[in-house]
Amino acid sequence: MADIASLNTTAVAIDASRRQLASGPRGKRPARAFSGTNIMVYGTLLVFACYYLLPLYVMVVTSLKGMPEIRLGNIFSPPVEITFEPWVKAWSSACTGLNCDGLSRGFWNSVRITVPSTIASIALASINGYALANWRFKGSEVFFIILIIGAFIPYQVMIYPLVIILREMGIYGTLSGLIIVHSIFGMPILTLLFRNYFVSLPEELFKAARIDGAGFWMIYFRIMLPMSLPIFVVAMILQITGIWNDFLFGVVFTRPEYYPITVQLNNIVNSVQGVKEYNVNMAATLLTGAVPLIVYFISGRLFVRGIAAGAVKG
Amino acid sequence: MTVPATTLAKPVRRSTRPNQYFRNMSAKIASIPMILTAVVIFLGGTLWTVLYSFTNSRLLPRMSFVGFDQYERLWAAPRWGVSIVNLGIYGIFSLIFSLLIGFLLAALMDQKIRFENTFRTIFLYPFALSFIVTGLVWQWILNPEFGIQSVIRSLGWTSFRFDPLYNPDLVMYGILIAALWQGTGLVMCLMLAGLRGIDGEIWKASRIDGIPAWKTYLFIVIPMMRPVFITTLVIIASGIVKVYDLVVAQTSGGPGIASEVPAKYVYDYMFQAQNLGQGFAASTMMLVTVAIIIIPWAYLEFGGRKRG
Repeated sequence: MADIASLNTTAVAIDASRRQLASGPRGKRPARAFSGTNIMVYGTLLVFACYYLLPLYVMVVTSLKGMPEIRLGNIFSPPVEITFEPWVKAWSSACTGLNCDGLSRGFWNSVRITVPSTIASIALASINGYALANWRFKGSEVFFIILIIGAFIPYQVMIYPLVIILREMGIYGTLSGLIIVHSIFGMPILTLLFRNYFVSLPEELFKAARIDGAGFWMIYFRIMLPMSLPIFVVAMILQITGIWNDFLFGVVFTRPEYYPITVQLNNIVNSVQGVKEYNVNMAATLLTGAVPLIVYFISGRLFVRGIAAGAVKG
Repeated sequence: MTVPATTLAKPVRRSTRPNQYFRNMSAKIASIPMILTAVVIFLGGTLWTVLYSFTNSRLLPRMSFVGFDQYERLWAAPRWGVSIVNLGIYGIFSLIFSLLIGFLLAALMDQKIRFENTFRTIFLYPFALSFIVTGLVWQWILNPEFGIQSVIRSLGWTSFRFDPLYNPDLVMYGILIAALWQGTGLVMCLMLAGLRGIDGEIWKASRIDGIPAWKTYLFIVIPMMRPVFITTLVIIASGIVKVYDLVVAQTSGGPGIASEVPAKYVYDYMFQAQNLGQGFAASTMMLVTVAIIIIPWAYLEFGGRKRG
């Protein structure tokens, strides 16, 4: 029974590190600030930091330049004349091969996909995780193992049968179809996350509630849910960034008018028609990346926990 | 000796059985979505795809079996060959470099440095971005007309050549640069968690024995971090097999077919070329690849203490 718990070694390791991180680096401060090792350590870290920051910087400066300046200058130089024209154009009038209403359409589609998918997948997975942790029944672990193994199966293997199922249900190509797909593929990792969390809660609470006559739903809503808000936040971060960034499901399961922002962005930038407007492209790219970046910067450490748990999702 | 044991056990089990199906009813009802997903989509869908990979389905799935024809055609296709080689190059280098860079960064971060949070935020933020965004940014930076190549040329080195995305021999390395930018932050985080999990006494002991730090890392700490390395390896590897969006955004498989990957082959044959059989066969090959990675890992990880 215990072997499932160890499947999530990552989350455990991350949890351990989080505890360590919370107390900060321990031990005394290094005595000399400018020793040789220190210079090497900070030097290397700074070089890497530049590599990681460079694309963000390039995106920002490119999106603020006009096209003539881009053609003349170099991509690393800051804009001489700051213009927000590319941002406006990227949002409202950039062209894909099909239409010319910019990224806004994809943005709102993505919002309409991400919000319900996040809520649906978390609701389903938290109840599943709760049932697996506290209400085991014969065979429940078997289904759970299949679910976890399923997380490793490449999506490409399961896409076509799912297309057929959705087509039979009459919702292939619509937003609700895509929402179902996201809920399905979010399930393994979220169920694992919730199950492990609920298992870690003291069992006495559950037993006490049972003795007081509380049933399945009562315990879930009155005890488990209020006690596990942090894990719900982690799951939300995981799902919002994951679903927002998804490309494959968007392109497979929706019609062009419902394309999410990532698909729309790719169609704008890689569209073969017309003159390439790199500043508009970079503004569009930044707009697409903005939502997960904001989530990232606000959530901080919880994000680390979320992605470590979600890493298997690839 | 076994006979009395079973005769003894049976009546006991029988007496509890009638309740079995009705106990826990709410839990069972609540688990229906999970059970459906696991059985219908994951298990059923996978079996369905594998089964239909042996048919000659084209526009629509058809039940007319042709044996291994689709696989023979698949392995004879030049584009599939290129895809597999590309996946190999991409896979090997991204494993090596993300482990190396990830561990190096984690080791540096573990030196009780200041601004640790700032550095971690910087290293990890690309992971929040989608592969599409990653691919498009690096497409722009590696653009020979405006990007790094032109900047270095304008500094005076006019023969400088750095156009990996336009060079069939180098294009996978161009994609690799972007992939490493996006993914190493995660590896760093996992490694850092592993390093922090190592008992501080180990470090004290090795210092007393006068072992240099790099030797301690190489011969003591890294072997102790084996589970972390294996988990990271599995995570990276199963991500590598799925690589798709990055290639679509950065090169669309070009120049020519030089940066095609298996996942893109599957998508193109299933949804664009109307050749389902090929798509199913290719996706089954992806499944086999993942199985080759996962099964030994699962065996190592759980094989010894499987419940019996």
